[in-house]
Amino acid sequence: MSIQIQQVSKSFGTFHALNDISIDIESGELIALLGPSGSGKTTLLRILAGLESLDEGVIRFDGQNITNVHPKERQVGFVFQHYALFRHMTVFDNVAYGLKVRPRKTRPPKAEITKKVNELLSLVKLENLANRYPSQLSGGQRQRVALARALAVEPKVLLLDEPFGALDAKVRKELRRWLRKLHNEFHVTSIFVTHDQEEALDVANRIIVMNNGKIEQIGSPEEVYEHPKNPFVYNFLGNVNLFKGRLHNGKLTQGQLEVNVESLHGSYEEAVGYVRPHEIHIEKVQVDNETVGAKIVHIHVVGPIVQIELRREDTGEYLEAEITKEHYKKLIVNKGDVVFIRPKQLKVFIPEDFSI
Amino acid sequence: MDITLKRKTRKNTVIPGFSLTLGYTMLYLSIIVILPLSMIFFNTLSMSWNDFYETITHPRVIASYKVSFGTALIAGAINVVFGTVIAWVLVRYHFPGKRIIDGLVDLPFALPTAVAGIALTTLYAPNGWIGQFFPFKIAFTPLGIIIALTFIGLPFVVRTVQPVLQNISKEIEEASASLGATQFQTFRKVIFPQLFPAIITGFSLAFARSLGEFGSVVFIAGNMPMETEITPLIIMTKLEQYDYVGATAIATVMLVTSFFLLFLINFIQWFSNRKFNRN
Repeated sequence: MSIQIQQVSKSFGTFHALNDISIDIESGELIALLGPSGSGKTTLLRILAGLESLDEGVIRFDGQNITNVHPKERQVGFVFQHYALFRHMTVFDNVAYGLKVRPRKTRPPKAEITKKVNELLSLVKLENLANRYPSQLSGGQRQRVALARALAVEPKVLLLDEPFGALDAKVRKELRRWLRKLHNEFHVTSIFVTHDQEEALDVANRIIVMNNGKIEQIGSPEEVYEHPKNPFVYNFLGNVNLFKGRLHNGKLTQGQLEVNVESLHGSYEEAVGYVRPHEIHIEKVQVDNETVGAKIVHIHVVGPIVQIELRREDTGEYLEAEITKEHYKKLIVNKGDVVFIRPKQLKVFIPEDFSI
Repeated sequence: MDITLKRKTRKNTVIPGFSLTLGYTMLYLSIIVILPLSMIFFNTLSMSWNDFYETITHPRVIASYKVSFGTALIAGAINVVFGTVIAWVLVRYHFPGKRIIDGLVDLPFALPTAVAGIALTTLYAPNGWIGQFFPFKIAFTPLGIIIALTFIGLPFVVRTVQPVLQNISKEIEEASASLGATQFQTFRKVIFPQLFPAIITGFSLAFARSLGEFGSVVFIAGNMPMETEITPLIIMTKLEQYDYVGATAIATVMLVTSFFLLFLINFIQWFSNRKFNRN
């Protein structure tokens, strides 16, 4: 089912949770709503589910206005961060709940419910735990029950509110993969809320980055990561090094560093260049002005990646670089060495439209 | 070797003093609860079986059992319904004066029962403020007793249901609604089963309190033999006539019956609570 969100606004007292939000979501998409806490992403999700009312705007499912439709008639599956399982019911009864509460006319016969629930339980690999109670399950298992419960009613839209937020890193990764797989099989339009950029990049087809009740950028994971529209998105999607300097004739100057910037022309007294840690090149000798000397403060080896903390010789600012282990081995550098760093792919923003 | 080693290592717990606290608990309970109660049985034992049987099955006494247990059960049932409603309102809604109402709930605990009895009698007497509007008598009938017992039993249900209700998260209801349940279905299938153990606890507390209630009831009951005479009053009367043994005989019946009923209620509660505590 396709979803149109048109000019939706919502405030809680004086706090503007959502500010004139418009998004078009196509049928079968897997969308991540990404943003820091308080950005309005959960509010938007709850509005879609009908659990929260909106002040202004229209929500359409397949072109049909459902703005004032009760949650029970929206045919959405909602998965809560803290599972919200019915603790007095077995796993089986939890999953069967949505089918059992249907009005007699549309309720499937008992045998069919049993069959369907067992199918779902094997889909989430919990068929052996059907008679357990939620308190006897681990967090990951509980969230899988919650997913099966939401899928049992064959929702047209699946909404997940920080579904893996309360789980430990390993289980989270596993469930992420599994959610993707599930989505590939069912093609149900799914939207999940997260504040974890890695999760958004890993799972979604499309990411909606939100901040302060507004949309910062919508795009594929690659788009938002490689071509952030503004400093906020740049900052939020991964680590970043800042080069604050003067922009003149397509050159960003800061201290002894001078970098060619192709995208921006004109002169600005203040400009900020953004570079991701893996886009910083480390050299042992200075070739030109596009590099600057820095002292290695710390070296972390994290699996195949080596993180190097540096302190610039000219301005004293700290930088972070990430290189592969292979490169690190060839480079032969030690803590305390002075090397030259070269920012590749510098993205410059002019602070007027700064919004961090 | 292994076995002997295991026997020698004592279980280490973080909090010390298990044997000390358990010993204290047992001693305390013995002195405060079990000793006085067993005196009732000892006193009764001085009676012959025939005397005992006659005392406890005297028609007037039998009628008093019916009044006592009947009114206590009905008052408990009324409190279950309205106490739950009050708890619901106090937990779920915000309105001016909520704190005052919350405080009012405890008043029946604090008020001397005789005061409550006199106040209720004045209200519900045939010429009282409320009693005059009814074509039938309220005070001096079992109905009056039920009203008094409802009054004193109210806080028990409210105070046991309230915290449980507070712990039921809103998300559970939202989950139920998004799965297509009506509000009534959500209450019946999701909220009520979780409240049930607390309701039962509240009921048994209110019921137990009502069985033994004396002060507030004697005023409003009218104490007509065979009709509105409660068992505690019969015991009191016997004591006033220096019939200590007869009084303890009836007390024994009360004690055993109450114990049995409370045991039954606790069993129901244990049964319905089992699901939550299995792990």
